[in-house]
Amino acid sequence: MTVAVLGIDWQTLADAIGLGGIYALMAVGIGLVFGVLRLVNFAYGQLVMAGAYALAFASEHGWPVGVGIVLCFAVVLALSLVMDRIVFRPLRSYSPAVMLVATFAVAFLLQSVALLWFGPLGKISASLATLNQPVMISGVDIRKISIVATALAAASLLALVLLLGRTRVGLHMRAAAMDFRTAELLGVRAGRVIGAAVLVSGVLAAIVAVMLTVQTPLVTPDFALRDTILVLAGVVLGGMNRLVPATLGGFAIGFASGLLGGALPTNQSQYLPSFLFAAVIFVLLIRPGGLFTREGQRAVERV
Amino acid sequence: MRRTDQVLQLLAPLALVGVAALVGTLVSTSTETYVINALVNVAIVVALYVFIGNSGVLSFGHISFVAVGAWAAGVLSMPVEEKPAIMPHLFGVLGDHTIGNVWSLMIAAAVGAAYALVVGLPLMRLSGLAAGIATFGVLEITHNVLRYWDKIGPGLSTFSAVPETTGLFQAALGAGLAVVVAFAYRRSRLGRLLSATREDAAAARAVGVSVYRQRLFAFVLSGALAGFGGGLLVHLLPVNTESVYLDLTFLTLAMLVIGGATSLWGAVIGAFAVSAVDSFLAEAENGIHLFGQSLDLPAGTRIVVVGSLMALVLILRPVGLTGGRELSFRRRRPLRVLTKFAR
Repeated sequence: MTVAVLGIDWQTLADAIGLGGIYALMAVGIGLVFGVLRLVNFAYGQLVMAGAYALAFASEHGWPVGVGIVLCFAVVLALSLVMDRIVFRPLRSYSPAVMLVATFAVAFLLQSVALLWFGPLGKISASLATLNQPVMISGVDIRKISIVATALAAASLLALVLLLGRTRVGLHMRAAAMDFRTAELLGVRAGRVIGAAVLVSGVLAAIVAVMLTVQTPLVTPDFALRDTILVLAGVVLGGMNRLVPATLGGFAIGFASGLLGGALPTNQSQYLPSFLFAAVIFVLLIRPGGLFTREGQRAVERV
Repeated sequence: MRRTDQVLQLLAPLALVGVAALVGTLVSTSTETYVINALVNVAIVVALYVFIGNSGVLSFGHISFVAVGAWAAGVLSMPVEEKPAIMPHLFGVLGDHTIGNVWSLMIAAAVGAAYALVVGLPLMRLSGLAAGIATFGVLEITHNVLRYWDKIGPGLSTFSAVPETTGLFQAALGAGLAVVVAFAYRRSRLGRLLSATREDAAAARAVGVSVYRQRLFAFVLSGALAGFGGGLLVHLLPVNTESVYLDLTFLTLAMLVIGGATSLWGAVIGAFAVSAVDSFLAEAENGIHLFGQSLDLPAGTRIVVVGSLMALVLILRPVGLTGGRELSFRRRRPLRVLTKFAR
């Protein structure tokens, strides 16, 4: 079964949707932190990397899957709280440029700490390998992980939209995002609310760590680095200021990456990053405010 | 501004470059290499300063201009008989000719400027995050293309056999040249117009400054300097695509931010300070003896320390070691208003 256009078959399409699902999950986490803290977190990928090392550590010691996942969550949450407390909180009042450079520094720092600690060769995390097996649906192999990732991305996006739109905590988060000072004056515990947002994004990073280690069991210091750069591009592409466009942007870049990877002839597939980033730059030039945002919506609401 | 201050602002960075070169002549050959490397870093960081410092717009893409400069100078100055072994698929014209050291550096600067112009024409319309991500995209594309297109360079392999002409003299001269160009630009009308757009884009527009044009000019000028820095680099070390990619982007940005992004003095100080720490740690990773103690750090300590330093400076002093100010003979008033770059 083949779709006529560009020789893309259903298999490529299914894989592209799977990759889009995982990237969308990362995009939710990055978009949430940006919405609440005004912070583009380059170091988000290193949170995922830390979680992946925790999983690999558990799997090497032969611990049960559940323990590994709990350890992964614990490590990622602790690290994201520490990162917020030590680096991001003191820089909150400075320009986005300074914060961006700071997260860039943290990303490099964590990556080299991993290099020092675990060496360049990488560790294997094999405990969840069963999720990597395909199920056949009308002649197309769909890996279980693709289904799980896409479903999880949709579910967490829905949960977050509900949390932000329908609950008191969500209201406080949006208030703190809009105007930190005023929100505090009105009795919102803005610092605590921002802490909550950091925690939620940490939970998402831990989930991504589990998903990515299923897909790529070899955990190296630059684990998730490439993915983070792509997802960041996707999030800016979709529209950073709102959660749903940001997530859609993440999905779009994953989907495009998977699709191009399948559609390009073999001798050109090495230029895949060039094609992707050229497309990103092109879209940014046409719609700098984001692909999925409506006019007049920009920069007004932050979540 | 008083004339003496102006003289000081040009002469102080130049004197620092001169002192570094002088130190380089006195130390052992292995340490001299570190000094040369530091001087090349000064040239690259000053190139970054010309755009980032004066415009206040962050660019992650400048190392791509360093890369194309290195490629141009490396491909053109490699001896013809060495070319087939290292670059077997090279275009005919590139393969048949070899040019001298000075010419290759000039062409590196020209190629850097031309590439910056091509990239800047569309990209300078963007600002903020979109600009940051777009310049990152440029870096990714450049890295990807240079890595796999072996008709214009060595592709996956390394630029060996390029004449190693970047000695102490050439590096110091290059760094000094970059400093002079950056100083002249900042003192010029164009440079002042650009810093006006950094401090208040709306007010600058209101008095008729084209933010787009000013940024584009600075982008091209800093592209030329970055390409020139790339030329110096390829004549110093065997360069490959990985040595002009994320690590160098991080290191040079760290130098600029740690020194103080909005002043030339800060760029030079930052480049020297971080280079010194980096070289010391690189040496310590190989094991050194210091004050009767032997110090042997594991590989990778360098980036950990430089990264921590950068984070620390950003947290404690987001305007950099120099406060983003130039040197002055006058007594300094405490800085009440942060420049727009940090605010």
